[in-house]
Amino acid sequence: MQKTYYDPADLRKFGKISEWNEELGSKFFEYYNSVFKEGKLSEREKSLIALAVAHTIQCPYCIDAYTGDGLQRGITKEEMMESLHVASAIRGGASLVHGVQMMNKVNKLDG
Amino acid sequence: MATKSLHKLGSDLAQSNKQLKILSNGIFKNGELPTFKNKISESGQFPLRAKKLEILQINVGYMCNQVCDHCHVDAGPDRKEIMTRDTMKQCLELIKKSEAHTLDLTGGAPEMNPDFRWFVEEAAKVGIKDFIVRSNLTIIRANKKYYNLPDFFKKHNIHVVSSMPHWTKGKTDKQRGSGVFDKSIKALQDLNAVGYGMPGSHLKLDLVYNPSGAFLPGNQAAMEKDFKKALLEDFNIQFHNLFAITNLPIARFLDYLIASDNYEDYMYSLVEAYNPAAVSNLMCKNTLSISWDGYLFDCDFNQMLELPVNSKSKHVSEFNQELLEGRNIVISQHCYGCTAGAGSSCQGNLIPAKAGIS
Repeated sequence: MQKTYYDPADLRKFGKISEWNEELGSKFFEYYNSVFKEGKLSEREKSLIALAVAHTIQCPYCIDAYTGDGLQRGITKEEMMESLHVASAIRGGASLVHGVQMMNKVNKLDG
Repeated sequence: MATKSLHKLGSDLAQSNKQLKILSNGIFKNGELPTFKNKISESGQFPLRAKKLEILQINVGYMCNQVCDHCHVDAGPDRKEIMTRDTMKQCLELIKKSEAHTLDLTGGAPEMNPDFRWFVEEAAKVGIKDFIVRSNLTIIRANKKYYNLPDFFKKHNIHVVSSMPHWTKGKTDKQRGSGVFDKSIKALQDLNAVGYGMPGSHLKLDLVYNPSGAFLPGNQAAMEKDFKKALLEDFNIQFHNLFAITNLPIARFLDYLIASDNYEDYMYSLVEAYNPAAVSNLMCKNTLSISWDGYLFDCDFNQMLELPVNSKSKHVSEFNQELLEGRNIVISQHCYGCTAGAGSSCQGNLIPAKAGIS
């Protein structure tokens, strides 16, 4: 039994998820592949969104996958870092915007 | 950034047998990954057989003004293997005899061969349909004697295919050396100035993109769109097509993969991206590669691995098209580089790219 929760080699086995439930697994991957096809957004834009979300949900597999995917698409490290700051700003902002609730409460209790 | 070839450094990996050993041991020997032979056997495509000869690729020498990190030739200023005029004369005879429609000169920097211009002039007289010179671009700006290469290419209606790893300076210089990007941009502008790469121009200018690290090239059409937009907006440069080429795990790229601990992951990526549909279009099936000393190979990669054609016709002096057609192609695990994703060849993808992320 492995001693850590994450093993980089497990990312390669993602497709095997379907082996234990072929129907749902297949539906998921079909949906997944459709999502990343070019639509109103380009595949490149979707890759950068995926990278930012991967950092927000802190998924090591996704970070590996979409860093590699970005490099394949010619996305520069500067573009990748910029997308992460968007994620970071929203994540930080999500904490800070709750400060309004704190301020409301303080004003009500002690205003 | 490398400054000397593996040959000059006396590296183990300068020896082709050492490279072939690495490619056959480890994950391929212990069965973790299938060998290329087993993989193509699954779809009944072994042995690979050569079809009608269409492309002659002549490597006129390994000398180059650059020492790129990914170079499968291990080319550089310190390489002295240069095709002589006598061998070129033999090549001219072969070009006349063969029914190939494309002649493809490569190196090294082919322009550094002292007989390069003579050879181009003579070969152009044969009247081959598509006459390609693979230029690294910087050679055009390396020395005054090369400044008029765009005019020379134009005069002989040469199809110029040039390397350009990225549309940004940082990524280009990382792979190909400091200052390469600026010189390449200037060279592309020089080529545009004489008509190369312009919309509707018969003077063909194509770019070759290959990844700057341990990852596979992305969708060729999407990359072409990005390259065209960036080069036009930033530098007013135009070109015709972009060829996305996969780095094969040999020579300096193999050295880089091992040194950066990326070798196994890269081989996994290649094997996972294996696309049986690419096999029937492999360039080795319609190409003959000729080395600086006149020996015949299935491709430029096999030339670097010193894997000669499996035929009695082994040298330019004994060229026999009939004997060569139908020969079994010599393969090893490096061949996975040409069957990954949409496939890879010196002319880019082998089949239209599949949409979506695999």
